[in-house]
Amino acid sequence: MPFREGPLGDLKVPLTWTAAVALIVAAVIAVAFLLADRRETLQEQAYGVTRQTVDVVAKPVSGAIAAPGRWTGLGLDFVRSYFFTASENRRLKTELAEMRQWRDRALDLQDQNERFKSLLGLRTDPPIPMASARVVADSRGPFANTRLADAGSERGIEVGNPVLNERGLVGRVVGVSRGASRVLLLTDIASRTPVMIDRTNARAILTGDGGPNPKLEYLRGVDPIQQGDRVVTSGDGGVVPRGLPVGAAVKGLDGRWRVVLFADQSSIDYIRILLFKDFAQLADEKQLEAKTLPPVTTEDPQTSILSAPTPAPKPAATPPATPPTAAAQPRPAAQKPATPKPAQPRPAATATPAPTGSPR
Amino acid sequence: MSMSGGRALNPARWLGVPMLLCIFATILFAAPIRIWGLQLPEPVFAMVPAFAWAMIRPSILAPFALLILGLFLDIFWGGPTGLWGLSLLVAYAMVLILRNAMTGQSRPMMWAWFAGVTAVAMVAGFLFTMLDSLAMPSLLAVFWQFLVTALLFPFAHRLVDRFEDADVRFR
Repeated sequence: MPFREGPLGDLKVPLTWTAAVALIVAAVIAVAFLLADRRETLQEQAYGVTRQTVDVVAKPVSGAIAAPGRWTGLGLDFVRSYFFTASENRRLKTELAEMRQWRDRALDLQDQNERFKSLLGLRTDPPIPMASARVVADSRGPFANTRLADAGSERGIEVGNPVLNERGLVGRVVGVSRGASRVLLLTDIASRTPVMIDRTNARAILTGDGGPNPKLEYLRGVDPIQQGDRVVTSGDGGVVPRGLPVGAAVKGLDGRWRVVLFADQSSIDYIRILLFKDFAQLADEKQLEAKTLPPVTTEDPQTSILSAPTPAPKPAATPPATPPTAAAQPRPAAQKPATPKPAQPRPAATATPAPTGSPR
Repeated sequence: MSMSGGRALNPARWLGVPMLLCIFATILFAAPIRIWGLQLPEPVFAMVPAFAWAMIRPSILAPFALLILGLFLDIFWGGPTGLWGLSLLVAYAMVLILRNAMTGQSRPMMWAWFAGVTAVAMVAGFLFTMLDSLAMPSLLAVFWQFLVTALLFPFAHRLVDRFEDADVRFR
């Protein structure tokens, strides 16, 4: 029986009411989505299949849309370099002469640094592998600052990998799919990066707010920062490696310390993704594997735990003719057999001083 | 031809086509292009249908279409899911409530209304972001996005003009 011929056929609900109900239902769904979102946790599982699918689809589409702009930029660069070759050549020659002095200075410092390292026995971090990628889409709004890069899990990229351009840190990878990865910029409101002031080693947390210059929060110490101080990553928490360049400190109009990002000084069309997960990967696992285990010493059944501690088995060598030195002299208690009343404190005179000056 | 209620609007024309155009424009403006060191602006193109659809007529499908548009913006821009869906629905609800007051006004006045509704959506996004991320977004960045979005009114006006008289029941 058709609906119109039924008892509800004459029922007419005003469209405004049904539209209002539809609006409320849609709003409830949106609120549920917002509450269920775990984007700010930056966890791998928070980046759902839907986002991964959209990224995979958006990569070729955005790449094709961005291509004419990229080609135009390359063409303009070519024309500019053609017309300004002479002046650029003069500038580069001057710069080269200056850089030669810096090269000599750098080689000298590198040599000095190597010697100090060998003297102190310092172990430096090994180089971290990286993957290059091109940005195909970016969002610049106040509520989301991300980039879509055209390299994904097939290149070994994982969630949490730091991202740089040729000038400095750009952000972190928050989502990876096949052929694409989503980069959360330092300026995003969900971004928190442990940094330090290079001059004073003062720690802070770089906090994005959707604007171009992220804030420095939780800055500690007396006079820890000045205008123009260089800000680098601190490596605290193992999120990013230590020492990556971030930017220069400036005082904002709101009185807060902010950072002018080095990464903004150049185009971020091309980025480098450090395949850095945590500090554990920096250690050489083969070296850490103990090849020779220390000897196992079993408990002497003749001794009680209440007795005086017995030293390691006495060497079979005969007593030396000459009096032994203080360092080599065995403890008097060790020469005695185990006695049933060892709880008495040993006389101070019998205590053997710890050897000093011996290499550890 | 019956004059009782006129012809009904085809949802594919007044909902589907603007939706696809918004998605295309959003993808287009997300291209990483810099001209003399300046990036492209990032207007919220979905504000155009959010304003126009409520002006044209009350609808059951329009809120869900806006929700889908908002979810696309969140996922494509990498923001919190549901943020723009909710903000657009707030703007849509405001226009729906004030529809009778807005109808028939001059173009500059309608532009002012569009700017006001955009401001409401941006403030809603600002507050939802504060609640979601427990941090305050940059007011300057919010203002810039509001400014470039408010400039989209001619598109909203065109959409309203195109479909306002299509269904005579809502004249």
